[in-house]
Amino acid sequence: MATQALRADYHGDGKDTEDKFHGAILVYINWDKHLFFYSAKAFPLDPNMPFAAVLEHVIGTHFCQHPEYKNINWDTVEWTLNNEPFMPVMEKSLAENGFDHKCLLRFKTAETSSFEAAGI
Amino acid sequence: MSAKKLNLKDKYRLLTRDLDWDFSYEDRKDAFPFEEFEGIKITDWDKWEDPFRLTMDAYWKYQAEKEKKLYAIYDAFSQNNGHLNVSDARYVNAIKIFLTAVSPGELAAHSGFAFTGRQMGGIGARIAAQMQSIDELRHIQTQIHAMSHYNKFFDGFDEFSHMHDRVWYISVVKSFFDDARSAGPFEFMVAIGFSFEYVLTNLLFVPFMSGAAYNGDMATVTFGFSAQSDEARHMTLGLEIIKFLLEQHEDNVPIVQKWIDKWLWRGYRILTVVAMMMDYMLPQKVMSWKEAWELYFEQAGGALFKDLERYGIKMPDYTDLIKAEKEHLSHQAWWTFYTNSQATAFHTWIPSDEELDWLSEKYPESFDKYYRPRWELAKEMAEKGERYYNEGLPQLCQTCQIPMIYTDVQNDPRDIVYRSTKYQGERFHFCSDQCQHIFENEPEKYVHAWLPVHQIFQGNCGGPGGLEKVMDYYKLDVGKANMDYVGSPDEERWKNWKGVA
Ligand SMILES: [Fe+2]
Ligand SMILES: [Fe+2]
Ligand SMILES: [Zn+2]
Repeated sequence: MATQALRADYHGDGKDTEDKFHGAILVYINWDKHLFFYSAKAFPLDPNMPFAAVLEHVIGTHFCQHPEYKNINWDTVEWTLNNEPFMPVMEKSLAENGFDHKCLLRFKTAETSSFEAAGI
Repeated sequence: MSAKKLNLKDKYRLLTRDLDWDFSYEDRKDAFPFEEFEGIKITDWDKWEDPFRLTMDAYWKYQAEKEKKLYAIYDAFSQNNGHLNVSDARYVNAIKIFLTAVSPGELAAHSGFAFTGRQMGGIGARIAAQMQSIDELRHIQTQIHAMSHYNKFFDGFDEFSHMHDRVWYISVVKSFFDDARSAGPFEFMVAIGFSFEYVLTNLLFVPFMSGAAYNGDMATVTFGFSAQSDEARHMTLGLEIIKFLLEQHEDNVPIVQKWIDKWLWRGYRILTVVAMMMDYMLPQKVMSWKEAWELYFEQAGGALFKDLERYGIKMPDYTDLIKAEKEHLSHQAWWTFYTNSQATAFHTWIPSDEELDWLSEKYPESFDKYYRPRWELAKEMAEKGERYYNEGLPQLCQTCQIPMIYTDVQNDPRDIVYRSTKYQGERFHFCSDQCQHIFENEPEKYVHAWLPVHQIFQGNCGGPGGLEKVMDYYKLDVGKANMDYVGSPDEERWKNWKGVA
């Protein structure tokens, strides 16, 4: 729908288009049912970065505060990209894995823990 | 010859309706260029009923008297070191939020009502909006003066105006008023005059003012009393605008309904911070957020919408969702601020054991199951000397700009709600169906929202160089104004004044 505006040519110039992030794309990452981190986190990432590097240097450094992080069995983790089931290829880049600007990556871990019922 | 004294009725006519003029050689449409583009149809401005029944000269006289009394009390408060009478120094953080996040809204409202006070075609509506505009200017001024005493003794107050255009959570309130002020005059009146002032004001001002009363904050209480008669006028104006628009033309009904749906939602999202203030920040609690919502919205708002039914206006269909969210809202918000307190201009803390019990009692459906365990974990970490501060920056909702913290309370409260849409090839994210609909109705308006997290990544908040630069850009006094209350200079001073170790 059109914005109700005084002038017919009213428009907004997107403030967050891809060209404004100095070569990076925005990626949002969430560890599902772990509200210890109250929301998904946002990262500007180089699309040429291999997924394995994201796992180690981005997820590894930003979700490790959770006391259960070290117990994650990464072989059984379920991933979604933009809410579709997704199988990352570790050595391939984000771009090759289908990541685009402002995409949402979520992961679900299978561990049962005392935190699970509370969603922490 | 002495001037003839006017009788009240003549005076009222001369000083209100008679201030208007007819356009004999200019087109009236050129004088009121904003009156038609929103699609609102006005057939007869004479049907407007003046809500205040007040002339400008009487207005000035009343307001001047109120100001005189107010400032006399502020002086006494200051001379008697009134800050020492608050229940606990933790309380002061509630009014830090008030000054940084609410007071600038008064200034925005002032400018918005000045706009509608010029642009609405009817003289009665213009005068009422002008009076409210001046009220709102008075409100920000008197609030700054009320807080200025606290500013001498506590951290976090002094850069409120600099912070307003910059700090991540304050952008939520700023964008709310920017949205309203960049709409046409009638949408503004429905947004701020009706939805905010009439329907939601009791959930904003009453909690802060009674919170002040319960916690010994005489400065804020006195401001509250002084503003009370202004607010009563604002409410009658809000109700008059709605009734007037609905009675003028049936084509106005769907437009007004759309605005009510939008603005009650946007207003409600802002109230997240009030919910948290009530449940977590008041050492002496007034009532829970849940109780306040039930009293002021479910009961009072329910009666209002019953009344509006005869015009064809319906209660927004998301009120069931809000009903479900009331069990969760304050807990999600305080956890967000607690874990991000390295970047707030106020202190946060772990609730005491008595407070945890109070929360369990007030929120039997949710607290022990979902939220108490978080505080137990936070306590455990703090006791080990690892007070938890969340690393990194959150994903934000494109419309309300609040971090995407809201969960699917009607199904599984452990799952965050994710909504997104594509517009011109770009993906946009939302916290709720409502925020998504608002965007989709007017995407051009929201694609250029200034989202603090994205601006930081673009290098527009102090340049590249990490969070430290951002804190400088915010003028946030790191280690003083932010972080946990425990161990803060605020706490240390308070203990000294009170003579406790
Ligand atoms: Fe106000
Ligand atoms: Fe007001
Ligand atoms: Zn939202």
